[in-house]
Amino acid sequence: MSSRAAILGRVSAALAGADRVPPPRQEYGAPAAVPDVVGLFVERVEDYRAVVEQVAPQELAAAVARALGGTDRVVVPPGLEGAWLSALDGAEVLVDDGDLSPDDLDRCGAVVTAAAVGIATTGTIVLDHRPDQGRRALSLVPDLHVCVVRESQLVGDVPESVTLLRAAVDAGRPSTWISGPSATSDIELERVEGVHGPRTLHVLLVRDGDGLQSPA
Amino acid sequence: MSGTFLGMPSFQAAAKEALGNAQQRRNLEHATRTIRGKRAQVVAELDDWEGLRRTAAAIKDNVLTHLDSYLLQLEESLTRAGATVHWASDAEEANRIITGLVRATGTDEVVKVKSMATQEIGLNEALEEAGIRAWETDLAELIVQLGHDRPSHILVPAVHRNRAEIREIFLREMGQVGAPPPAVLTSDPRELAEAARVHLREKFLRARVAVSGANFAVADTGTLVVVESEGNGRMCLTLPETLISVVGIEKVVPRLEDLEVFLQLLPRSSTGERMNPYTSTWTGVTPGDGPQDVHVVLLDNGRTDALADSVGRQALRCIRCSACLNVCPVYQRVGGHAYGSVYPGPIGAILNPQLRGTTSEVDQSLPYASSLCGACGDVCPVGIEIPDLIVHLRTRVVDEHRGGVPSGEQLAMKGAAWLFADHRRWEKAQKGAELGGRVLGGKDTIGRLPGPLAAWSDARDAPTPPAETFRTWWKREKGGRR
Repeated sequence: MSSRAAILGRVSAALAGADRVPPPRQEYGAPAAVPDVVGLFVERVEDYRAVVEQVAPQELAAAVARALGGTDRVVVPPGLEGAWLSALDGAEVLVDDGDLSPDDLDRCGAVVTAAAVGIATTGTIVLDHRPDQGRRALSLVPDLHVCVVRESQLVGDVPESVTLLRAAVDAGRPSTWISGPSATSDIELERVEGVHGPRTLHVLLVRDGDGLQSPA
Repeated sequence: MSGTFLGMPSFQAAAKEALGNAQQRRNLEHATRTIRGKRAQVVAELDDWEGLRRTAAAIKDNVLTHLDSYLLQLEESLTRAGATVHWASDAEEANRIITGLVRATGTDEVVKVKSMATQEIGLNEALEEAGIRAWETDLAELIVQLGHDRPSHILVPAVHRNRAEIREIFLREMGQVGAPPPAVLTSDPRELAEAARVHLREKFLRARVAVSGANFAVADTGTLVVVESEGNGRMCLTLPETLISVVGIEKVVPRLEDLEVFLQLLPRSSTGERMNPYTSTWTGVTPGDGPQDVHVVLLDNGRTDALADSVGRQALRCIRCSACLNVCPVYQRVGGHAYGSVYPGPIGAILNPQLRGTTSEVDQSLPYASSLCGACGDVCPVGIEIPDLIVHLRTRVVDEHRGGVPSGEQLAMKGAAWLFADHRRWEKAQKGAELGGRVLGGKDTIGRLPGPLAAWSDARDAPTPPAETFRTWWKREKGGRR
């Protein structure tokens, strides 16, 4: 007998006569009552010791350039909005064509990506690796991750975010949930930021609207 | 110290030795106190933690009592998404499958994401025997591996080591298996983490095969989830060409949306954070992104035995958060090694005897590694009634020892049963005790008892019998006036 048949047989035997418990009546994706989603998101991202800046749409290109500072080589996903990089001065920009090796990525000091969702309560950014975010390795190997999130992409808590994820999973795409820079508490449970992933996470939160209205 | 748990002595024997290690006790006391505080704070932030726990328990109970159909659904989803599914009845079969898959790639090393399932099956040792080096990439696992040590905590396997010990291990061992630490290395955790970053980066960049576990396996989509902090998980799940994930059959959740419950419960219960730094989800193969050769090994290894026990079954709800370790007064003093398994603490006390059976000395002793204070059951995010299961398993161990030559304890219990069965016998016994109480006079407690009873009395202060029992007092005071 195959192990598959053996295991399934043992499962069935183990459950013979057992009370079969129905799934709970759970309301999935319920929105959280968060009065100030933007304010909470900023507070919670900062809590992880990530950098977060609120910018107006017309300030974004300059903010991206500032965040990249003196980085001399930057990698970007193929679908990234070109205008975001218009203020870069001197840095070499590699657009990922899918052929960059891990070593190539290791020679890039920074990456700029968009995001799919921002979760206020947990201060989490979710990438679903569409073309404006690129394949997973891009936002992993370089040491600085500049991530552009729009206010309209923010949700209150985890349930709403999981609901939005369904489309990505159905399209066969992976997802990466990022809450601050990489960190470890493995030595005496003392938190140290910066292990294998990007040691610096710089979030640029873009205000909604056309940029002409003053924010409330 | 050996890397395996085979032939471990009973918990009580190992605990006695562990209690003598004052350094370890201090390390554990500090670490568990820190994490308890963090957990309590972030749990209090949620409006309805109890509701989340109840939902999680209900989802897991639904999974466990329909495991046959959910496993078939998972297999179908995974296969549709381009993954190859393997089934392993036990550790030996899982190791054989994985060794074969690694060999087929022509490489002789793998990078590993921290995974309880691969530790449970002793994968590293099996790969080593086949001439394949397995590099642990979680910082704590790296400390354990470099120190030729054993893990002592589910989440923080090197929790028994302090920074000075870790520095020494790095200086002594790192250079022998790859990039050495810097010549000047202090015991500052930041410097130690940096040394690990440099040491492991060359391994990540050249790795062709990775082995992981999974925190969750979603039946309706075939999505696997790994929850982590350091980015070593992302490195392993993303950069190599081949990914092999070992998944216990109880890790299934029915729907993608069920993750909303567990992704709120797990980080808060384990590291005491609102969310862990990185969570990765992947669904089979994504063309142009990550490993293109994806394997999933579904592992039984005793889980169906636990499933067959209608009471013990709920232990399979466990999501390996380790909150129960951090609140356990026994774990905090004894540490993880005495449990003789990769699953220490209260959850280990109920999981190991069910997964491995109760034939070995250590597995028979584990249900007794508890004061039954109940703290573990209170913090469990999936509502496992750990104290109830401990008592249930004690019953099982006792039942299995019936027949044959009775032990001293069994004789004593038989005697007590005879005594309690008839009130006249009990009254007579109490008369005797009153006499004893008067003889012992002013003493409050009985000291050391002679012979085999010494083992019992050495650890306990038994009160001396009263000079007058309640029954005697009642007769004297109220009996006549009723």
